[in-house]
Amino acid sequence: MDLVSRRRAGDAAIWLLLVSAPYWLTHVGGYVELGTRVLILALAAMALNFLLGFTGVLSFGHAAYFGLGAYGVAMTIKYLIASTPLAILVGVAAGTAAAAVVGPLIARLRGVYFAMCTIAFGQVFYYIAFQWRSVTRGDDGLTAWHRMPLDFGFAELDILNNNKAFYYMVLVVFAAAVAAMAFLLRSPFGRTLLAIRENERRARFLGIPVDRHIWLSWVISCFFVSIAGALYALMNDFVDPRALRWDQSGNFVIMAVLGGMRSFWGPLIGAAIFLVLEDYISSHTDNWMSFVGLFFVLVVLFFPRGILGIIGRRAVS
Amino acid sequence: MSLLRIENVSRHFGNLVAVDDVSMIVEPGELRAVIGPNGAGKTTFFNLITGFLIPTSGRIVFDGSDITKMLPARRVWRGIARTFQITEVFPELTLHENLRIAVEVAAGYRLKAWLSRDANGEVKARVTDLLEIGGLGEKADRMVGELSHGDQRATEIMMALALNPKLLLLDEPTAGMGDQETYDITQLIRKLHHDKKLTIVLIEHDMRVVFHLADRIMVLTEGAMLAEGTPKEIAANEAVQAAYLGKVA
Repeated sequence: MDLVSRRRAGDAAIWLLLVSAPYWLTHVGGYVELGTRVLILALAAMALNFLLGFTGVLSFGHAAYFGLGAYGVAMTIKYLIASTPLAILVGVAAGTAAAAVVGPLIARLRGVYFAMCTIAFGQVFYYIAFQWRSVTRGDDGLTAWHRMPLDFGFAELDILNNNKAFYYMVLVVFAAAVAAMAFLLRSPFGRTLLAIRENERRARFLGIPVDRHIWLSWVISCFFVSIAGALYALMNDFVDPRALRWDQSGNFVIMAVLGGMRSFWGPLIGAAIFLVLEDYISSHTDNWMSFVGLFFVLVVLFFPRGILGIIGRRAVS
Repeated sequence: MSLLRIENVSRHFGNLVAVDDVSMIVEPGELRAVIGPNGAGKTTFFNLITGFLIPTSGRIVFDGSDITKMLPARRVWRGIARTFQITEVFPELTLHENLRIAVEVAAGYRLKAWLSRDANGEVKARVTDLLEIGGLGEKADRMVGELSHGDQRATEIMMALALNPKLLLLDEPTAGMGDQETYDITQLIRKLHHDKKLTIVLIEHDMRVVFHLADRIMVLTEGAMLAEGTPKEIAANEAVQAAYLGKVA
């Protein structure tokens, strides 16, 4: 089988697993909500990886835009209008707008300086959410609201009480976002991002305005991560400042690296492993993160290209 | 009108004068070599032309406009393309992808999210064209990082050529190459110069290459211009022989 048909077979297998997940998850010791969580955090990790794996720029502050998406949803439903689609729009707009403003301030930075500044800006948003108690309820988080059933006019989808319905709503959004990312990465614009990742100097001397393209990639990446954040708030019917804290950003990076940041699906695999480990180990010990961390270190030591990197290598050789 | 006019350009790094009051005029269609011992300021001189560095004093005019302080990307858009002493390519992309990116950027598609069927066809045709010029056709689907040094260098030159430059700057195109690779690259440069009528300025250490290719040669020592002239004149120049050629030969 050549590389293209291999990749198509892989894509088909992944979609098949995702579409059927609510029906097999329970038979392997899982539950539907775990599947939903994997989808949402995988979307966040894949969004981060748009920047990390395909532009070569490491952000440690993506949780800020994830969290803004989440707070946008919660505040819209709680204070403005009880509509799930509108809440998502507001959340995504908030996250993307913040990223667009922060972007020009950091797009000239590289490497560790870029990463540090993304943390710094991320923590700014975290402290706003933490301190502005009258609006955000601070550390207690926004409670006493919940996602609203989807009203299509002719029919209503009860995503609130039917966990499978909510899973499929998330899957539809996930699919649209992932397809859009894949489409962008295969475009001339997407190839300029690969060019920047591969060799910034060469990219610049081909006439690519590198800083501007990094800014664009950053905004696109944050747009998708805020979609994930919006879904995250809907899943929990709750949001608190931890959604925007830097350790949440770190989790996205871990998921992407764990699964393989050079492969498109890597972060999905990484998110699935991370969350299944969390789910399983945290039922035995509060120190679940030590075990996830140990696993992460082992993967990075022995498979620096992540789980999917192993398969990718084998496919090439 | 001359294509490139460099007027009394200097570049200081603190107390060090890397380029000292150098002037050079390059006519369209010319192949100019810049030679000189290590540390003579050749690469710094190149970096001033491409905008990697800005001169401390002096003026650079390209194709009728002053580009002395222009950003590198803008100079590329105006028609200056370069290669580097250490080959700069996209190692983990295929040769085809490397060229494709260059072709798409040159066509103004860098912000496009999709291409029409026609545009796509034109891009592919241009890539095929470049692969053929570079003699790289059968390696199109290989990762560039896995290619030989000579093929990587040819790839880099083809990426520069993809930009349809008015001026091509080559920084030591045969550095670190064996005889066969040096010969191949020399033939490639010769082809670009003769068949494509491309204006080329190159830095080179290999004197066989320089005397084989160049229309005119400029010699730099310690940042300053020592001599300038045709290969014959340079070969006969006693100051050059004393400072440079004598040592090499």
